[in-house]
Amino acid sequence: MSDVNTMQIEFTLNGTPTKVDVAPMDRLLDTLRYALGLTGSKEGCGEGECGACTVYLDGVPVNACLVPTFQVRGCHVETIESIPHESLDAMLTSGATQCGACTPGVVMTACWLNRHPELSKTHSVRELMAGNLCRCTGYDGIIDGIECEQRTKSSTL
Amino acid sequence: MLAGDSSLIPIAGATDVLVHWPGNLEAKTRSYLDLSGLGELRSMQWADDTFTIGALTTYWDVICNEQCAQAFPLLINAARQVGSVQIQSRGTWAGNIINASPAADGVPVLMAYDATVVMQSCEGIEEIPLDEFYFGYKQMRRRTDQLVVAIRMPRRAHDVEIFEKVGARRAQAISKIGLAITHSQDGWRIVASAVAPTILRCKAIETLLEEGSPVRSPDDLMAAIAKDVSPIDDIRSSRLYRERVLARILYHDLKGIVPSFV
Ligand SMILES: Cc1cc2nc3c(=O)[nH]c(=O)nc-3n(C[C@H](O)[C@H](O)[C@H](O)COP(=O)(O)OP(=O)(O)OC[C@H]3O[C@@H](n4cnc5c(N)ncnc54)[C@H](O)[C@@H]3O)c2cc1C
Ligand code: FES
Ligand code: FES
Repeated sequence: MSDVNTMQIEFTLNGTPTKVDVAPMDRLLDTLRYALGLTGSKEGCGEGECGACTVYLDGVPVNACLVPTFQVRGCHVETIESIPHESLDAMLTSGATQCGACTPGVVMTACWLNRHPELSKTHSVRELMAGNLCRCTGYDGIIDGIECEQRTKSSTL
Repeated sequence: MLAGDSSLIPIAGATDVLVHWPGNLEAKTRSYLDLSGLGELRSMQWADDTFTIGALTTYWDVICNEQCAQAFPLLINAARQVGSVQIQSRGTWAGNIINASPAADGVPVLMAYDATVVMQSCEGIEEIPLDEFYFGYKQMRRRTDQLVVAIRMPRRAHDVEIFEKVGARRAQAISKIGLAITHSQDGWRIVASAVAPTILRCKAIETLLEEGSPVRSPDDLMAAIAKDVSPIDDIRSSRLYRERVLARILYHDLKGIVPSFV
């Protein structure tokens, strides 16, 4: 502990055991971007509305702008930096990105739902993507990219 | 810990606590008590006559629970309309109760299922019916040394279960009016949100339904609604608009289900 206002937090970040000294209430988004240098997660609104800061916490999408860093001790955090480039192919060709501000978050949620095909039994792609706002694409490109990826996956099974 | 320092603010999913965090200097001066390490509070327990969810149970935990979909479908229905997956995966039912927004979505369905709030402190356990929990805007029967540990609901067979959220758009919107309706052999529960300083049961409407008074149009509900609710005029809607919308939703939901609605 370097001073009274910081504490050391240990967690697994993109598969690697990680220690970081932070003030306990620092937002996970700031810890990732400023203390750990992973700037892929973006800040759009800072209040849980836009999803640009989406990361996985123990495998489920969360808004990193609303997670106090101390709550991830002992947890698994995955960020956009952990997503393999091939996962982006369908979205790149479907027009899912224009300015790119929303893209890291969109890709995180999209990859999560592609990893969980069982969700399509109860949820539409649009409902699951509702927490990722995009001002540019009008969403059709995003939805097309995800559905295209799902079709490719199910036809290769 | 809460007994030692009652100014500590418990944190569950932090989806309310951390909103506006960067600019909120006042919030930064306060002390917080993290509940996330209390894994035993993230649980769902089915007994013969009750269903109990621990205080750290999230919306997403409930959405993924198949038994819940069968026994308490309105919980799933409301949970799916809270924010987005990213909020559902973090936000807790207990946090929704204590945040005490008059427009909350979790509270009305819990109240329509006759939920009780189970709280613990050094002095012991206290269990309060959710429909008696609030007594004014953000005022509730919880002392600052009490921690919500669970929410409990009786298991009953319901023949009517309805939840409606009238918002500006489907996702990520604060609701303008919410309505949760259940009927079982214990009677009607009509719970409205965003029409008063707190979420509440509409007792006059419930009585009108129990008595079977004939209702021929939404207008016939307006007198009872005026007794039950006290909506405010705000940036989202006007008072009369909310009362009329509530009357219309109620009428159209119940017509065809309740014989006295003709
Ligand atoms: C973008 C966004 C969209 C949202 N959309 C909706 C929506 O559609 N509908 C809706 O109803 N809400 C919505 N919310 C509000 C919020 O997500 C919910 O109220 C949620 O249930 C809060 O739970 P939490 O665990 O995150 O609470 P926290 O933020 O951790 O806590 C909320 C309050 O409860 C207290 N508290 C928490 N747990 C306990 C406990 N066990 N004992 C005592 N006190 C406790 C805290 O001290 C705090 O005062 C939204 C929030 C955001 C940011
Ligand atoms: S920056 Fe986190 S949701 Fe917008
Ligand atoms: S591509 Fe610009 S916000 Fe989505």
